[in-house]
Amino acid sequence: MGRYVIRRVLQFIPTVLGTMFLLHYLTSLGIQLTGNPVRALFGDRTPTPAMMAALSERLNLNDPCLTQTGNPCIGLFGERLVNIAQWDFGISLTGQREVTDIIGAALPYTIRIALIGFVFEAFVGILAGVLAGLRSGGFLDYFVKISTTLIIAVPIFVLGIVIREFVAVKFGNQLRADPNFPEIISRGFLAAGYKPDYPWASLFIPGLVLGATSLAVTARLTRTSMVENVRADYVRTARAKGLMPRRITGVHTLRNSLIPVVTSLGVDLGVLMGGAVVTETIFNVPGIGRVAAQSARTGDASVVIGIVTLAALIFLVANLLVDILYAVLDPRIRYE
Amino acid sequence: MSDLIPSATSDEPALQSSSSEGAGATGGTASLWSDARKQLIRNPIFVISSLYILVVSSMALFPGLWTDQDPRNCIISQSRKPPQDGHPFGFNILGCDYYSHAIYGAQPSLSIAIGATVGIVLIGGTLGLLAGFYGGWVDTIISRVVDIFLSLPFLLGALVFLTVVKVQNILTITMVLVILGWTTIARVMRGAVLSAKNLDYVLAARSLGAGNLRIMLRHILPNAIAPVTVLATIALGSFVAAEATLTFLGVGLQPPEESWGIMITDHQVYFLEAPWLLIFPTTLLIGTVLSFILMGDALRDALDPKMR
Repeated sequence: MGRYVIRRVLQFIPTVLGTMFLLHYLTSLGIQLTGNPVRALFGDRTPTPAMMAALSERLNLNDPCLTQTGNPCIGLFGERLVNIAQWDFGISLTGQREVTDIIGAALPYTIRIALIGFVFEAFVGILAGVLAGLRSGGFLDYFVKISTTLIIAVPIFVLGIVIREFVAVKFGNQLRADPNFPEIISRGFLAAGYKPDYPWASLFIPGLVLGATSLAVTARLTRTSMVENVRADYVRTARAKGLMPRRITGVHTLRNSLIPVVTSLGVDLGVLMGGAVVTETIFNVPGIGRVAAQSARTGDASVVIGIVTLAALIFLVANLLVDILYAVLDPRIRYE
Repeated sequence: MSDLIPSATSDEPALQSSSSEGAGATGGTASLWSDARKQLIRNPIFVISSLYILVVSSMALFPGLWTDQDPRNCIISQSRKPPQDGHPFGFNILGCDYYSHAIYGAQPSLSIAIGATVGIVLIGGTLGLLAGFYGGWVDTIISRVVDIFLSLPFLLGALVFLTVVKVQNILTITMVLVILGWTTIARVMRGAVLSAKNLDYVLAARSLGAGNLRIMLRHILPNAIAPVTVLATIALGSFVAAEATLTFLGVGLQPPEESWGIMITDHQVYFLEAPWLLIFPTTLLIGTVLSFILMGDALRDALDPKMR
């Protein structure tokens, strides 16, 4: 086990460097293709060369390699790595604030909404998958199959808008008009946006929307895995030994079926962080996703880069932990 | 899974082995593909989905067939008028005919989806083929690069590139979808090639003196193409959805361009007063995405001999 962990951690280092380089190259290529992002700050006015130079220097955008299309800018990449190691993600173009400050203020909201989405996804997804997989070909199986296909086909922003307008605004307004109704439900759970008075309740619906797509994926994966294991030899053996059906399902089938699901759940963290950009924009949650989308719209490249770098790092670490957990659950992996 | 393409709708391992089994069973009678064709024609879901895609494609290719109105000919006094005679979808917030918007909106979505899919099949297919066929250090390098691309959540990577590039048109959006989307195809292709490369017929071809290139293109590729076709079909749907999502975030296509994503984004707050402004574009969008996904699922079942 120890050797596996060491090997996995050693593999982790080039992946992190590679991902950081990929991000760096995407950014540099963008700048090389269309020019200095500082100009976006001035709108249709033309800044004086001195102003441009001063701002570019301050934001570390004055490297000559940023004018040569295709140049990988290795030197700049080195500087950026050192900065990230010192927890310095640069400063925002517009507000002149430290990007780490901006992220620090917004991150708690994103963690909360992602947590709600994750719990929803894991519980309901696995439950639906298990129920569908136990009676493959039955009514529940078809129901899960059809509803998950629909959820996957509906883009998350469409789902979010429809739920916000129908449930939070229309239905919520009716309940809010009734003074006898408990406020925690009408103004908390059914709020159309984030409400500081209800820091968890008002993130409930956005969290469900965030977890919806991953829920469908989890349910399908659990179902496939269950269907495979229900027919496995060791399950037949367990049944032949005369074990209780509950024990066969719970201990023999379910535990083995959940191994691939655990991996998928870990990887879903990346999906949740990407989805947070959309969900937080729809429901006006002041998390890092909404900040990233707003900054993208105003052209504040350094905030977007900082947030995405951090998200990618979180995602990589989560993947590493999941891989180690996978080896704990499945001994075959350790001795590969 | 941070891949753009929801491959969890699949049972990939089954599919990969199937392509090789299909090859083994070919034996002079019906081929894998002609069997699949027969099964698909009898599958109502596949037929309906293909018809829907046909309709949407004709909107994209020949919008003039569907409407003679100019989507940019707007009268502001008509703003948000409900559907009426001659204007079946009503008018949008700027008083433009909404039906012609919906028709012209098909084109950017589909061109981005098709361009990006061709791109990922070419890049991902080639790299997957090389990695699976040569193995060794070629495989190590390509697989590591795939890992790296997969550790960047798709939406976040696209957000960064499109923010920095600032020019958000069909070309740049297609580019970012290809850059971040080729990995899924490469993985599946690699797996399919790995399972096909040591089969008897490949060894036979080699013992007859066939070169690497010939073995790859004539013997391995035709049998590895099935899972890639399935994934590419599903990818078309994912890209239509991705384009609309990027537009919603403000880094996709921009007005006055017509696209379903723009139509949904611009009218989201009028849902309760003027629901048709949201219902028409979302129906078209979801129908397209759903059709591609269902077509992919049907193709997967038809190409898997075990399912018969």
